[in-house]
Amino acid sequence: MILVGVIVKMLFIVLVVAGLFLPLITWVERKQSAVMQDRIGANRADLAGLTLIGLLHPAADVLKLLSKEDVVPLGANRVLHRLAPVIALVPAIVTLAVIPFGGTYTIGDTTFSLVVADIDWGILFVFAVGSLATYGAVMAGWASNSNWGLLGSMRASAQMISYEVTMGLSIVGLFMCFGTLKLTEMAALQDQTFRLFGFLEHVFGVAVPGFLDWLRLPMWGVFLQPLGFILFLTCIMAENKRPPFDAPEGESEIIAGYHMEYSGMRFGLFYTAEFLEVPVIGTIVTSLFLGGWAIPWLSTTDIVGGVSSVFGQGFAVGVCIVLHVLSFLLKVVVLIWLQMALRWTLPRFRYDQVMDLCWKMILPISIANVFVTGAVILFLERGA
Amino acid sequence: MLVEKAVALSVILFVLGTLGAVTRRNLIVILMSIELMLNAVNLALIAFSRQWGDLAGHVFVLMVIVVAAAEVAVGLGIVIALFRNRESINVEDSSLLKW
Amino acid sequence: MIDFLFYVFAALAVAGALGMLLNTRNTVAGALSLVGTMVSLGAIYVLLDAYLIGALQILVYAGAIVVLFLFVVMLLNLREDAFSPERLRFTKLIGVAIGALVGVELLLLLPAALGPAATVPADFGGYRMVGAALFTDWVLAFEVTSLLLLAAMVGAVVLAKRSID
Repeated sequence: MILVGVIVKMLFIVLVVAGLFLPLITWVERKQSAVMQDRIGANRADLAGLTLIGLLHPAADVLKLLSKEDVVPLGANRVLHRLAPVIALVPAIVTLAVIPFGGTYTIGDTTFSLVVADIDWGILFVFAVGSLATYGAVMAGWASNSNWGLLGSMRASAQMISYEVTMGLSIVGLFMCFGTLKLTEMAALQDQTFRLFGFLEHVFGVAVPGFLDWLRLPMWGVFLQPLGFILFLTCIMAENKRPPFDAPEGESEIIAGYHMEYSGMRFGLFYTAEFLEVPVIGTIVTSLFLGGWAIPWLSTTDIVGGVSSVFGQGFAVGVCIVLHVLSFLLKVVVLIWLQMALRWTLPRFRYDQVMDLCWKMILPISIANVFVTGAVILFLERGA
Repeated sequence: MLVEKAVALSVILFVLGTLGAVTRRNLIVILMSIELMLNAVNLALIAFSRQWGDLAGHVFVLMVIVVAAAEVAVGLGIVIALFRNRESINVEDSSLLKW
Repeated sequence: MIDFLFYVFAALAVAGALGMLLNTRNTVAGALSLVGTMVSLGAIYVLLDAYLIGALQILVYAGAIVVLFLFVVMLLNLREDAFSPERLRFTKLIGVAIGALVGVELLLLLPAALGPAATVPADFGGYRMVGAALFTDWVLAFEVTSLLLLAAMVGAVVLAKRSID
């Protein structure tokens, strides 16, 4: 029974998230950049005369890439050259194993949760698997036996291992607030609200005045740790070499960097890996900072209680599941939009600017964030 | 039973690491063999920590990982400095002190 | 099930180590086999209830230290150069024989000597217990390692820096 559940969830992830989101992301990239740059974008691919505002372009891309010749450059290491795109793609998909798409629900006497692997140290798993993605970039450049590939590879390896450090450090404050590393528990803790002026009671011992007492914010990570949100979003975009941090594949400087000597479907795999990272970044940031599957001012008990009084327990839980999954996917879509907007607004950072940003700016600020968070938690708990 | 098998695996990895450190000429492969030896020791520490239920093994493994990271950083710095001097990472080319 | 997984990961670890050692020409392929060994060892740590250490093994060892090796190999552009064939072939055989002997001996003699493994709480090796131990009983070691890392950082920068003159 458990095995069937795991297989169903894995199929959902592979078919829906990877299979549905990926072509959509390609389309969003083209259309959003077009809208932002005041042009029409790609809309010529048609099926019997129907252009469908460019939604057929991802299919056209796949057909084009499948039909190209697969070139392995002279003097390149064939085994590593073939292995690199796979190693770049696999961590992106495996990370989705610990992301909670929904909470824990009880129907009758079966309890199930909408996450494939409910690991106690979920965030460490995300970081560990993400750190293995470095090898795709490193191997690709080295195995290509080309100067540009090597330059791109070296830039990629240094950038990725630097930003891993700050990625972990910038959310230490969030771990202190929530007290857990488990992603399902973090999402469940964000399902409640807190009084915005409640600190007056805890710190100063003053009762909150009536007209401010009703002002409640959902206990999302972005309200508890706004600085952590900005730092983490920067670090995870830099880790996955999203523009504006794409110096390793800087098209104007080193042609295509580490995936220059790749053509056909092998380049398609790198392309897929990079575009699959966009929703995966979205799911991670959503689970940590934007409340995961939680709907802002409607907690689970509200929904189930409200609907079950009219319709019945099973139906109420079903409605709750649908609402939660939809809210999660909506937040992921918002983050995808945000990443695309950042990509097409900011120019590419110079490589020394990228490294300076990590070690000289983000690292001290994250450490200061940890200190300030600790101090605030101490002050707030002193009163309670 | 798992603990004993892990200790046997640790012995095998340690022996392989020692062989690599003693017989290979490539300086980077020697450093990697030393890393393999450190990993074998980590495995033995974790296995015994599981056997006796004592967390001291885990803490010690953390220290070993930190020391290995520091050693790799400094060791690779030495390799770079040596390479700049001699244009080769073959240890037989750096045998000036051999009598 | 756990035994079967242990055998699979042990075989992968030994295969990775052999791949690194027997690879005489391609340093990068050797480093990548070492990554295979590190990841398999991380999985074995998780089988031995060492969850935090397993995650840290993959995060630190496989994800950063071996990348550092590869970075230096790429920086020095060490393509496949021919080293002279290694000597000490007889020593290697004796080493392998002694190692196999010790391994088999331990495997046969340890179960009787050690007895059954201790029953540990479900949270053993999780980040809470290890973190608590690290900050209460072993806090001195923790602080000293931070000084060690600082010394290593300064040393590495000084060694690899080119003098400006």
